[in-house]
Formats: sequence, C-alpha cells, structure tokens
Amino acid sequence: MSRGWIRLVASVVLLGAAVSPVTAQPKPVSEETVHEVAAQLRCVVCQNLSVADSPSEMASQMRAIVRERLTAGESPADVQRFFVERYGEWILLAPPRRGFNLLVWFLPLVAVGAGIATTAILVWRWTHGRRGARPTPVDVDPAMSERIRREVESGS
Amino acid sequence: MKRLWRWLIPLAALPVLALLAYGFRVNPRDIPSPLVGRAAPSFTLQTLDGAPLSLEAHRGKVVVVNFWASWCYPACYEEAPILERNWRAYRDRDVVVLGVDIQDTREAAEKFIRDFGLTFPNARDLKGTVSVDYGVYGVPETFFLDRQGRIRVKHVSAVTDEVFRATVDRLLSEPRTP
Repeated sequence: MSRGWIRLVASVVLLGAAVSPVTAQPKPVSEETVHEVAAQLRCVVCQNLSVADSPSEMASQMRAIVRERLTAGESPADVQRFFVERYGEWILLAPPRRGFNLLVWFLPLVAVGAGIATTAILVWRWTHGRRGARPTPVDVDPAMSERIRREVESGS
Repeated sequence: MKRLWRWLIPLAALPVLALLAYGFRVNPRDIPSPLVGRAAPSFTLQTLDGAPLSLEAHRGKVVVVNFWASWCYPACYEEAPILERNWRAYRDRDVVVLGVDIQDTREAAEKFIRDFGLTFPNARDLKGTVSVDYGVYGVPETFFLDRQGRIRVKHVSAVTDEVFRATVDRLLSEPRTP
C-alpha cells in the first residue's frame, strides 16, 4: 500500500516535472509563418522591399523580432500591430482596406471601368450612331455652283 | 452640350494636376512618427564602457536620444561635434544626451567616439529592439524627450546647433509638472 502510494506520488511528480516545462515552453513557430508576417512589412532601410526579402541587417533584426513575438504566442495580427504602433501604417506594404485608403484600392478599378465605358460608348457612336444620317445640304450660290461645274469640266 | 464637353475634358485634368502638385511638394522621406506625443519607450543598454544605460535613470530631465552609426557619413559626422558641444553646454541644466549606435561593429563605434571625443553616454543596440521601439528607419535620427518622458520632437537627418538649442530651450522652459 505505502509502496503503491510512493510509486503514485513519484510518478505524478515525475510526470509533472516532465510536462510542466513542455506546457510552459513557447510553441514552435514555422519559418513560413515568420516569412508571411515579414513579407507584409516594409523594410525600413530599403526601397520597395519587404522585411522578408531584404538582406539588410535591420531587416534581419526585424525578422528576429517577428519570430520572437510569434514564439511568445502573439498572433500575426498582433505582430503587425506592434510594428504599426511604432512606424505607423507606412510600415505596411499594402495599406489596410478602410477609410481613406479604400480610395487607393478602388479608384483604379473605377477609373478602368469608366475608361472602358467611355471607349465603348464612343465606338458605338462612331459605328452606329451616324449610319444613314445624310450630310446636311450646304447652301451654295447657284452662280458659284455653275462656275465650279464648268471649271471641273473644262479642266478634265 | 458640345460646349460643356469642351470644358469638361480640361477640367478632368485638374484633380490629377492637384494630386501631382501635392505629391511633388511632400518630402517622401518625411514620415510622420506615430510616437510623437507618446511616452518614450524605456530601454536598458550597456554603454561601450560597460556601464548600464537606462532611460529610466534620467526621468525628470530633458533627454536627447540620438541614433547613429559609424558608417553613416556624412550626416552622423556632421552632427557628432554639435551634439558633444551642446551636451557640454547644457549638461548642468538637467539635459542629457544619450547616443544609441545601431547596426555597427564595436571597433568602428569605439573609433567614432574616440575621433570625436564624445563624452556623453553611448550604447550599442545589438538586437535592434530599441531602434524598432523608436520606429527608427535610418540614421541619424534624434528624439527630444520632455521632462515627463514624452517624445516631443523627432528630428531626421543631422542635428544642427539651431535645432538642438531651440528644441531643448523650449522643453526646458516648460513647467516641471504638467
């Protein structure tokens, strides 16, 4: 009985010792996730490069911070917010789709749509709109008309 | 109708021209920092002499945090003597200058400090965490903190005598408690 107890207690203690560091340990984060988050951040010392693509030291330090924060249990959105709080929305390679930024996302589509519509209307007008429409007769002085006829005939 | 169209086409170019006029006037390097007006992120680093350097230790003073690198030529080379000169002039008036060296090697940083005879504390930000906390995207960048520990001014490019004096004098003239 007592031996059984000791065994039980010992196994519980051992199990606890074995399990607790595992549960306390941060979850492993795949390089793919780090890359995904870093790819949305602008490399601050580069031009038009993401933190994921830049070979600069600053970008590598920022990747380390991304990895560290994800490992600590933060979500990709949390990490993004962390950088936005420090650098502003400028740090995001794609502006978030809300407020004034919607203009950037949808204005090009609206412009392309308006362009296609205008072209279509103009083309339709040129090809259909004037079919059958006779040129309006021009008032010409009969004497002038007679002179032109004579000169054309004598010239040929 | 025809007359309206004749006016509408040049008028349509106006918004585009206005956008261009705005775009060409704005300096793309001038990125507004969301940190201005907010509490300065605290940090603890080690100076190149091995002494601890923490922002907390200087609470209640006007603090000038300068991010630099030895490879940042010429701007960092221009401002180093200016920072040293003004640090000496203001150090007895509750003003402190803290240098943070980023993306640099120890040897190059030590040589830079030696060459300019810098006497204010300088520390290396080895992991880049302080730089990111301050939203630094290049060197030199200088942050002026008021006595309450708030970032009041972010200065990009070399600090001049005028900028240093005007900013620090303004912050010193403010009452000690808000």
